[in-house]
Amino acid sequence: MEKDFSEIFQSKIDEELKIEPKDWMPEKYRQTLIRQISQHAHSEIVGMLPEGNWISRAPSLRRKAILLAKVQDEAGHGLYLYSAAETLGITRDEMYEQLHSGKAKYSSIFNYPTLSWADIGAIGWLVDGAAIMNQVPLCRSSYGPYARAMVRICKEESFHQRQGFEILLTLSKGTEAQKRMAQDAINRWWWPSVMMFGPKDDESPNTIQSMQWKIKRFTNDELRQKFIDVCAEQVKVLGLALPDPDLKWNEERKHYDFGKINWEEFWQVVQGNGPCNKQRLEARKKAWEEGAWVREAAVAYAEKRKQKESLHAA
Amino acid sequence: MSNTEWPLWEVFIRSKQGLDHKHAGSLHAADAQMAIENARDVYTRRMEGVSIWVVESKYIHASNPTEAGELYDPANDKAYRHPTFYNLPDEVKHM
Ligand SMILES: [Fe+2]
Ligand SMILES: [Fe+2]
Repeated sequence: MEKDFSEIFQSKIDEELKIEPKDWMPEKYRQTLIRQISQHAHSEIVGMLPEGNWISRAPSLRRKAILLAKVQDEAGHGLYLYSAAETLGITRDEMYEQLHSGKAKYSSIFNYPTLSWADIGAIGWLVDGAAIMNQVPLCRSSYGPYARAMVRICKEESFHQRQGFEILLTLSKGTEAQKRMAQDAINRWWWPSVMMFGPKDDESPNTIQSMQWKIKRFTNDELRQKFIDVCAEQVKVLGLALPDPDLKWNEERKHYDFGKINWEEFWQVVQGNGPCNKQRLEARKKAWEEGAWVREAAVAYAEKRKQKESLHAA
Repeated sequence: MSNTEWPLWEVFIRSKQGLDHKHAGSLHAADAQMAIENARDVYTRRMEGVSIWVVESKYIHASNPTEAGELYDPANDKAYRHPTFYNLPDEVKHM
């Protein structure tokens, strides 16, 4: 019986039919999705922290309104994704608990600090850019609720990247100091962004299964190469440089060659030793704990109102 | 007493006057009013809607996907329910 189900399941996937919450699915498919979607949701939520740092110090009202809207979008993305994960049988509170206890991961990129205003530009261009590269194929992911959430997210992401590039472009046309600030931000954000695609293919054991299930459509290295190719061209428009002396067009491969990635740093940050891991997690926990009375009060108020209404009806 | 997870709501949005409400997604809220306000912030940040419905998810009843075959089978062999089933001469106009 189990075997029939799993054959039907795989044949649906092969035919590009979506899997929906009530459909039979292998336990490992469910667990992989819960891990991936919740990790993605946590990244959207924690991702608000480094940018939130600059909302009150944005250089103009225009930039402030834009940054507010962007950060609010990220909150929305987190909520779409938490809902998608909940359809797989995990509760919202369980996911929060996993984030707060450190059991669940979020994208390591958000463990780096935002030191100057130019960092907001670099994040939009590179971090949101890398996220988009990752997310566009996920719109065709085999799990229906995840794919639909990703469609909405991708529609909203493109302004994020454009506003970031515009910030850097403005700085690159500014004073020498502003240009230096933009270059410094790119220098610090480039390699962590390249690492956002995750470990190299031969060190990413889950990739094959995820591709067979069409949760993933491209490997980490394929997406990383695509990202580097695009950025290597875009940076020319800024008149700035990517901090990689080995970055060079390879006519044979029709791709840019690039330098060695510092995987040691990557694993250090994943394991909790990045510059801001502690700070980020503490901010999330604090928000959760200090918001407890609001959650309780809202329930009490709803309860009371329901009682009043039923009294009225009686 | 922090185990007070707010109930889950399904959100339906009418994108334009004259169209049906369509499922947009779900969210948590303590009551219906909060669900509508949250839905506005989560699902209509870009003027995606002119009207919002919310219903607590526990009140949604769904058909069973494993019974889809039997459930829809009765409609499967009734091609005569479609206008294209009927062969009429070309002289018949406006039909
Ligand atoms: Fe996002
Ligand atoms: Fe974004």
